[in-house]
Amino acid sequence: MAINLKGIVSPYNALKQIGRKPHTVQYPFQKKEAAQRYRGFHYNDLEECIGCGTCATICQNEAIDMIFIDGFETTSGDSGLRPRVDNGRCCWCALCVDSCPTGSLSLTKDYLHVSDDPDTFLLVPGLDNPEGKENLSWISNGNSLLDYQRIPMPELEGKERVKSFAEVVLGYSEDQARAEAARCVGCGICTDNCPVHMHIPEYINAIARGDDEMAVKIIYDNNPLGETCGKVCTRRCEEICAVSKRGEPIAIRWLKRYATEKAKNKDILKEIVNPTILPPNGHSVGIIGAGPGGLTVGYYLALRGFDVTIYEAKDHAGGMIMYGIPKYRLPIDSIDKQIEYMKSIGVKILFNTKVGKDISFNELKQKHEAIYIGIGFEVPYKLGIKGEDAEGSIQAINFLRAINSEKHVEIGDKVVVVGGGNVAIDAARVSRRLGAEVTILYRRRVEDMPADWEEIEGAEEEGVIIHPQAIPLEIITDENNKVKAIKYANAEMIPDPKGGRPRPKIIEGDEHIIEVTSVIAAIGQEADYSFLPQEVLESIEIKRGRIVVNEYQQTKLPWLFAGGDIANRRADAISAIADGYRAVKGIEMLLLNKEIKNGGRLN
Amino acid sequence: MREKETTLYFGPQHPGITGNMMVKLKVAGDTIVKAETHVGYLHRAFEKLMERRTWMQSFPIVCRICVPEPDPNEENLARAVEEIEGREVPERAKYIRVMVLELSRLAAYFLWMGGQSGTAGLYTVPQWSVGDRDYILDLFEELTGGRIYHMYIWAGGVRRDLPEGFADKVLKTMDYIESRLPEYDKLMFDNAIFQKRAQGIGVIDKDKALEWGVVGPPLRGCGIKHDVRKDEPYEVYDKLDFVVPTYEGGDIWARAMVRRKEMEQSISIIRQVIEKMPGGEYYNKVPTPLNWFVPPGEAYVKTESARGEFGYYVVSDGSLKPRRVHVRGPAYVHGVSLLENILVGANISDVAMIMNSLGVCPPEIER
Repeated sequence: MAINLKGIVSPYNALKQIGRKPHTVQYPFQKKEAAQRYRGFHYNDLEECIGCGTCATICQNEAIDMIFIDGFETTSGDSGLRPRVDNGRCCWCALCVDSCPTGSLSLTKDYLHVSDDPDTFLLVPGLDNPEGKENLSWISNGNSLLDYQRIPMPELEGKERVKSFAEVVLGYSEDQARAEAARCVGCGICTDNCPVHMHIPEYINAIARGDDEMAVKIIYDNNPLGETCGKVCTRRCEEICAVSKRGEPIAIRWLKRYATEKAKNKDILKEIVNPTILPPNGHSVGIIGAGPGGLTVGYYLALRGFDVTIYEAKDHAGGMIMYGIPKYRLPIDSIDKQIEYMKSIGVKILFNTKVGKDISFNELKQKHEAIYIGIGFEVPYKLGIKGEDAEGSIQAINFLRAINSEKHVEIGDKVVVVGGGNVAIDAARVSRRLGAEVTILYRRRVEDMPADWEEIEGAEEEGVIIHPQAIPLEIITDENNKVKAIKYANAEMIPDPKGGRPRPKIIEGDEHIIEVTSVIAAIGQEADYSFLPQEVLESIEIKRGRIVVNEYQQTKLPWLFAGGDIANRRADAISAIADGYRAVKGIEMLLLNKEIKNGGRLN
Repeated sequence: MREKETTLYFGPQHPGITGNMMVKLKVAGDTIVKAETHVGYLHRAFEKLMERRTWMQSFPIVCRICVPEPDPNEENLARAVEEIEGREVPERAKYIRVMVLELSRLAAYFLWMGGQSGTAGLYTVPQWSVGDRDYILDLFEELTGGRIYHMYIWAGGVRRDLPEGFADKVLKTMDYIESRLPEYDKLMFDNAIFQKRAQGIGVIDKDKALEWGVVGPPLRGCGIKHDVRKDEPYEVYDKLDFVVPTYEGGDIWARAMVRRKEMEQSISIIRQVIEKMPGGEYYNKVPTPLNWFVPPGEAYVKTESARGEFGYYVVSDGSLKPRRVHVRGPAYVHGVSLLENILVGANISDVAMIMNSLGVCPPEIER
């Protein structure tokens, strides 16, 4: 056998490597710097974090749990919880970082931890390693797994809209709803901000799964006007949606709308919701006003076996959602469907029955063991300027009520609306539909307007001109006491030294006149309590136009409950529903639990 | 006179064993009469774990199925999900994936060089090759944030784009590695000791190889040209210029030379990828992972790993979680049926040599 001489000699070439610089670093004297993207220990910006817990949900090792730590309280939009990471379980996959809605969570370049104390491997990122902030490496910026863009809602074109009162929002298709629902991380931060605390993550998840009927069932669990809220809710939930921290919030309202609209009529709705109706318990409750609050009280008390009667002054139920909200936002068919459904489960509504006129309050008190007042704010505030009583100067709430009752209102072709709330926008958009050119005068800046931003955008798309920082001074009339023009002054914003919102101040001499055919004032309303007997008015407490109630909406008179605009400052449907829901609990406790102390006061 | 048979337990903790597994040997003298493999030391129930996790949560799991070369697992799961969903992958992501797969092949071969020559008693090579492999791991660290577990390839593309200046770094590392290969030749492949230990040892019968289901370098070492990258090209392999080296003989030597030649091919592929890589998107986003429903369907995908054809069978029932993920790694054949067969008649001192040459990765067997 030949000798493999090359094979014996060539390995000695390796000797050439003697004296070469080694590959390794001389740890611990030398340390290896981690790469810019290194996935090391966590760091959490505790101030940015809202404790939504998405990191804990996505963690496939269950290495993250959410705990309360000192200095962080549960507030609106913040659960008060912060993630704690078990570095003994973590696999550094960084799914938590890539799905963090706020972007507060990151990984750092730090990778070395030596300790004989196992507890030190449990880390509240950001609290236990504040120095991590200097070493951020794996961040989710621009690489988030979340979908920050909302599925756009199909709408009628602005030019099309002003031709009729057809519904502007067309609603999601099934695919659109699924895709929008899939964006939700299910954290439930929204639930806290919803006055009713609706089960938002649950019904969105049902929609994402394709179980729309389950979504409807969940919605009706604590909101009997789901479809109304799906169309016109002021959606405080979306304001604090975790996804909104870096993107557009989940379209919670539109998803509710999608699910509830699936039930085409009251029978289908009843079949889907399939509520349990308890047998009659012999107790009787009277409700004044068939607005969202009164209907809520009626619905849930009827389900619980109470005999309920709603007294409504007008010929249609719904209150402000019927007479205040224009039909292009909430069609009458939709309201009818919801009211019919309520009637079908046993809610009695007496129309054209105004308490104080058609029936006295004392009569009501004799008939029922408890009374809920939900009369709303019906009396408009006045502008308090000269010429307000002229022909062509109208109040927005009266105007909307007339239009919604299909009455004719002559407004001419040039309208000025005064105010910046949803009512002002509604009045402006309705006027556009009646063919008028519309200008809104608002005291403050556009960003200060209390109206929903989508409503403001919608108005602008329809050609409404918004003139911010304009204060009306006088309505100029002609010889027949008919509105001819409006005089207003421009204002500048003066910062509030106490840190409140800036106040408008008239710029002297900067006055202008617009020729108009009508002026519509929409600067707020108040309640009319004149139907209440003197002794009741004396026993309850009314503060700044609102009745003082406890957590069960109970007034100072144990048998009298109140809710809606007359009891809360939020003045929207969802708050009225929330009040109604609380009152249901109170009335139930009062009438079914006879051992109430303090003479029937519930707290 | 017939020698008395003795039972010998090789592993599970033995430097000659790749990973943790055990071979129960019946020996007569130092010749093996019967070999029986025992696995289970690394069983972590990956397949079952995935059935309890969402699709996105499954991606950080699969890389653990092969420590030396995790990327084919990520690639397989990603490609299977994409096939079920019909999800498009941006062109750039495909190139990046090929780059990652070839880098991981190189890293795996460096580790193999260390193991293979270590089992032959050449202890300098592991010192070198593990060091040189680290330069590739540095690249991985920079690209993916992790040195070993990259968690980088996932459905829809890759997780992050290339960092700035990364392509140049890759090319520099490739130049370095290429310059090192002749030195490895001198130290290992030309080494008379290695040749003596490798040639004619651990022979796989060419006729039986296909029957047993041998794949990868062991099959190509039998002179059979089989490579998924050529036979059923995935990603952008059909747009790249490379050859599939084969060697005759079916012994450890042939397998070693196949790998040695493939390293040159991988370097060439990486250079081509860098040159041809288009700009644009690197990730076609999947829905929010918590609500990511993969439509019902199934897919069988395969990738050419450093150890051979690596298959994944994935079934979705339309829910948030995989219904079934079946991992079919090459080690299942190489480490059990093939190993048990070709160990018979071999010398005890060759067991580690043979195991290393087959590229046995126990977690693939007991996934």
